[in-house]
Amino acid sequence: MSSLIDVENLTLQFRTDEGLITAVNNVSFSLKKGEVMGLVGESGSGKSVTAKSLMHLNPRNAVYGPESKITLHLDDREVDVLSLQKPSELQVVRGGAISMIFQEPMASFAPAITIGKQMAEQLMLHGNMSKARAREISVEMLDRVGISDAHKRFDQYAFELSGGMRQRAMIAMALSTQPRLLIADEPTTALDVTIQAQVLDLMKDLVDEFHMGIVFITHDLGVVAQTADKVSVMYLGELVEEGPVREVIRTPAHPYTQGLLAALPKLDDLGAPLTPVPGDIPSPLERPSGCVFHTRCARVIGERCWTDLPGRYDLDASHSVSCHLYPEGEGA
Amino acid sequence: MSGDILIRADQLSVGFQIGKGLFNKQILKAVDGVSVEIEKGSFFGLVGESGSGKTTLGRAFLKAVPITGGHARYDDGEVQYDLAELAGPQLKDYRKRAQLIFQDPYAALSPRMTVRDIIAEPLEVMGLTGSRAETDERVREIAARCRLNLEHLRRFPHAFSGGQRQRISIARALVSDPKFVVADESVAALDVSIQADVLNLLKELQRDLGLTFMFISHDLSVVAHTCDHVAVMYLGRLVETAPTRTLFHAPKHPYTKALFSAIPSLDPDDRGKAQKLEGEIPSPTNQPAGCKFHTRCPYAVDRCKAEEPVLEHADAQGHDVACHRWRELFGAD
Repeated sequence: MSSLIDVENLTLQFRTDEGLITAVNNVSFSLKKGEVMGLVGESGSGKSVTAKSLMHLNPRNAVYGPESKITLHLDDREVDVLSLQKPSELQVVRGGAISMIFQEPMASFAPAITIGKQMAEQLMLHGNMSKARAREISVEMLDRVGISDAHKRFDQYAFELSGGMRQRAMIAMALSTQPRLLIADEPTTALDVTIQAQVLDLMKDLVDEFHMGIVFITHDLGVVAQTADKVSVMYLGELVEEGPVREVIRTPAHPYTQGLLAALPKLDDLGAPLTPVPGDIPSPLERPSGCVFHTRCARVIGERCWTDLPGRYDLDASHSVSCHLYPEGEGA
Repeated sequence: MSGDILIRADQLSVGFQIGKGLFNKQILKAVDGVSVEIEKGSFFGLVGESGSGKTTLGRAFLKAVPITGGHARYDDGEVQYDLAELAGPQLKDYRKRAQLIFQDPYAALSPRMTVRDIIAEPLEVMGLTGSRAETDERVREIAARCRLNLEHLRRFPHAFSGGQRQRISIARALVSDPKFVVADESVAALDVSIQADVLNLLKELQRDLGLTFMFISHDLSVVAHTCDHVAVMYLGRLVETAPTRTLFHAPKHPYTKALFSAIPSLDPDDRGKAQKLEGEIPSPTNQPAGCKFHTRCPYAVDRCKAEEPVLEHADAQGHDVACHRWRELFGAD
């Protein structure tokens, strides 16, 4: 399979009144066509900002590092995402080849415009089609994601749908332009478990059908285990571990990933005590020196951890970790 | 059940009137005939989807919503109250005995007050302390229990992370020395690595202060790890209740089974094994007849559509279930 999007040395800072805040530091990854990547991390880890960078969708006070490069590979051309400036150029990554679905569908649909009008509008913009054709495709898509009475729903407003329905409509809208890459930012976090299971199932079916790549942002490792092919774990803007989902969940290499898994309540052993990761996530204004995780790490090995930023170590061809416990650069 | 019962609800209902005018009145029954017992000193879990009435039941126990039917008796050994009738000075006294910890620690704390003032406010409002020195003493004591230090008390909430804020909320809830605490989705807004820390703190406080907790959550794995006894609600009804281990190992209601099955497993090889529940929870204004779950239940038969099941004992250890078919379906489990 060929590469769909390549992110190289992505560094992103925000200019604020308190100075420059580093949100993402030197993150590189790539995603193949039809591959689902889980992007895991706590609040403030930079996962949403990273995903938004793929659409060049960060606010004006965002400063990208000089070596940051995001390349989107389309059938006929390659797009250097971060060099796009004009709205007309940006269309290709904002709703064209890349679509995004958000956590809270109530907040992402305009409340005073019908669902259908919002769906048709973007189809007319990106697909250059007539109103009638756009309506036809939208209704078809609503039907495809399991919304009954699609014709009726097309003319309804977001508040008339239940939470699960709204998220389905959101997915229908995102997929109707047939994007090559879908960014799903915590799409099931606001849903009940039973509805979450339905939406995850739907997404899996759609990946098979449309063969697109998905960047799935979530803090729920269970959701990742059920959907992703590979996982990237972020902490305070650093990519600390990356690998195939089975390896990362069964044999996590980074102390942070290990801590996250240990903190998770497990249903097969109710008596097991919960082990929190000690301490709190540092404020982005007080970014620790050296390895950013050293303030909470249970396996600090010495001075190096608080002075040097660990480099990337390849455990095998696809599983890598950034931690001083492993000799940098060399591979097994 | 052994031990003393702190709260005993008997056919408790909470209804809200919706719609205006003479002919358009409708009653939305958020909690419908719930009978449940909460043992003193226990960690009682309440689970269900949104719209199941779990928050309303918690608020009814706090007398924060009007109880429109049935009874709830509160008995902590010192006082006995009938929550449905509670008013005046007795209600005031109940306020300090029963407290609530909110879900979102970012919204629950006033940004204009210092942490000390936030924690001290219940003491001042309820007039529980005689002097400022006494108030400070009490604030410091409870803050220390919630792992907040003196330095923290001088600061404002914005300087704190989510986990710390939730500890401030907990300190505020516990400062009036309550006997009964309702924690409504109190860890839902927290990151996993912090969540475990707050859960451990709640357990510790419960043990040390002899509290009774009602823990409302949609996260079943969190409930499984913290609670002693769990009740499952669906559309205002209690469908199943049992000691945690029994409930998780041998659920008897199809809804409970489906809920457990929907939890995403951490094992990537488990994909697609979950038993999926079709459809969504019906609107409480337009409830189905018979068993309220029959519209989504894979085992529903004609009887389920006509006749509503009552809660019955599945064993003598406090496992109750409301389902017509539990015996034939899961009786052997």
